[in-house]
Amino acid sequence: MQSDWLFIGLFLLIVALFPGAPIFLAGLISPHRSNTQKSQTYECGLETVGDTWVQFRVQYYIFALTFLVFDVELVFLFPWAVAFGQLSMFGVLSGVIFILILFVELLAAWRKGVLEWA
Amino acid sequence: MNFISDPITFIANWLGNLLLSWGLSQTFVTVILKFIGAGLVGTFGFALVIFTIWLERKLYGRIQDRLGPNRVGPWGIFQTFPDMIKIFTKEYITPVGADKVVYNLAPILSVSAVLLTWAVIPFAPTIVGTEVNVGVLYLVAVGAIGALGIILAGWSSNNKYSLLGAFRAVAQVVSYEVPMVLALLVPVLLGRSMGVNSLVNAQSVWFIVLSPIAALIFFTSSMAETGRAPFDLLEAESELVAGYQTEYSGLKFGMFYVGEFLHAFTISALTATIFFGGWRGPWTEQVPILGVAWFFIKTFIVYFVVVLIRISMPRLRIDQMLNFNWKFLTPLALVLLVLTAVLDKAFYLVLPSLNLLEAAIPWVRAGMHLLLNLFIVIITVQLLKSYKIKSVQVVAKPKPIAVAPEPPASVIS
Amino acid sequence: MTPEQIIFLIVAVVTLVAGVSVVTSRNLIHSALWLILALFGVAVFYVLLEAGFFAVIQVIVYIGAIAILFIFASMLTRRVMQDTGHQSNKNWWLGALIAFGLLVGITLVLVNWQGFTSLAPVLANQSERLSQLGLALVSPDLYVLPFELASVLLVAAMIGAIFVAGEKKQ
Repeated sequence: MQSDWLFIGLFLLIVALFPGAPIFLAGLISPHRSNTQKSQTYECGLETVGDTWVQFRVQYYIFALTFLVFDVELVFLFPWAVAFGQLSMFGVLSGVIFILILFVELLAAWRKGVLEWA
Repeated sequence: MNFISDPITFIANWLGNLLLSWGLSQTFVTVILKFIGAGLVGTFGFALVIFTIWLERKLYGRIQDRLGPNRVGPWGIFQTFPDMIKIFTKEYITPVGADKVVYNLAPILSVSAVLLTWAVIPFAPTIVGTEVNVGVLYLVAVGAIGALGIILAGWSSNNKYSLLGAFRAVAQVVSYEVPMVLALLVPVLLGRSMGVNSLVNAQSVWFIVLSPIAALIFFTSSMAETGRAPFDLLEAESELVAGYQTEYSGLKFGMFYVGEFLHAFTISALTATIFFGGWRGPWTEQVPILGVAWFFIKTFIVYFVVVLIRISMPRLRIDQMLNFNWKFLTPLALVLLVLTAVLDKAFYLVLPSLNLLEAAIPWVRAGMHLLLNLFIVIITVQLLKSYKIKSVQVVAKPKPIAVAPEPPASVIS
Repeated sequence: MTPEQIIFLIVAVVTLVAGVSVVTSRNLIHSALWLILALFGVAVFYVLLEAGFFAVIQVIVYIGAIAILFIFASMLTRRVMQDTGHQSNKNWWLGALIAFGLLVGITLVLVNWQGFTSLAPVLANQSERLSQLGLALVSPDLYVLPFELASVLLVAAMIGAIFVAGEKKQ
């Protein structure tokens, strides 16, 4: 089993190298003629107005938080699903209750209007 | 196992014995073999992109009633090489104030996240990068790393539009991970294992027959994860320029581009593996290498469908996309999971009392799950029909229309 | 030195450096990125402990959700991200003293701990480990009650989110 993960570790190193080496090489080959006009950040061809800080809408945070809640739910559900063959009906129903509690919570968030983008 | 039926394992064993006979220790031999294997898989993944890009452009052209690339090489096969050379020689324009380390790290992270998935996809019964027993979750984990690459790209560009684009992209990617993983739970439940190769082995009946809804949810969510049309608001040229990729030029942008194409091909491979039986096909037990052919046939069929959908559908708005995800896909996936779990357990509890043939059991089980899925589809369609779309919100009263005065008589004649 | 020990040492050094950089970095987003590196180091530790499942869960939940949430939250709060003040305040010597005292205390406790010399219990076969975990989660005499309470806890988190969003709406 450790050798399986060793493959993934080596693969990680190789795969970090695969985009990295061409990017580095292309950096050597390509021309380097930078001037202030070219390095300006893009704002549809105009000069940038205002700080680079935008008003961060709380909707992004809400979606990330909802995703987190469902992510943690999945942590519990995966072992339950793998052990499914050996569970009794009680075990299956406990998992079902777990899912249903979160389903009800999703419906509650929907009713409260939290999942709107606007 | 001789060379013809199973070349990869044969070569691996031969090489291992050779290295052992040179006196290296066993662990060192393992490391070297794994390293070579990892290099091969990575190179293969990268090389696939070249073919995939040509295939997509050709299909695009043909469906739009034009030829597509046809100059460089027969049928334009080598078109990607001049494009690569061109992008290699473009200048890297780093925006002023960009965070250098993070700015350069982001495209590498994006492409690495996609390439990492190829470690666990089985090409044949014996050709698989590695058989970690948590393969399915590993796929989700590398998807999460991809989301991280996006927000790093957007933030480090020091451009408020890139940042906005990155936020929206991360909101989309992160939202669509939920139904994707829930839909992945259904095959894990039915196959009783998390390893990808074990799932393929468990598919005596393809999982798409057992659970077409899960396949569709997984397919749709994966397309949204990639940022593929109709979900490609992340890179819509007319809306946010190139979104989080605006400030990237040269090969760094090329890497994002390559990563996106490879991701589209990867999700076709994943759908084919998990739902269509992967390398399963006739004569695979006798000649394992034939599994590779079956795998690629299925993957290319699914990829063809992905490109077709991209070409023919208009783009969705961000609020439509997120509504679709949270209000339709996620509840549907949850309900599907609950009902599948209950039905499967009930089936296995009732099974001893029915006297079925040994070979017929998977088919009866498949039939019951298929009926359940049809039932869910019918209920969903009924619910959708009865859901009235709320009246369109009137923003402002209609303004009076300026009526042109009658032209003077002299003009008319 | 077995290869596992070498890998452990390298990853441990990286994780510690990343942990220290989280605290000492001036830029808030840089701190979040160092934290991601530290969490990834913990994931590698899980792999070394033969708990592959927890390694991927660490990446999915911590790096894929919580770290992104950190980045979002830090962007939600402040306009200016660069910390231009001093990194330490007047009473830094008291903090260092207390930290050193804690370090000495923990070291003394660990030196007398038997766990370093006893062998770890042999775990089940790889493929059965997950099944045992799943069985344990829903067995009536094991962990089914914490399992259900965890879902209630997640509901509480969502209610917090609804509250936050509801306030901002006004």
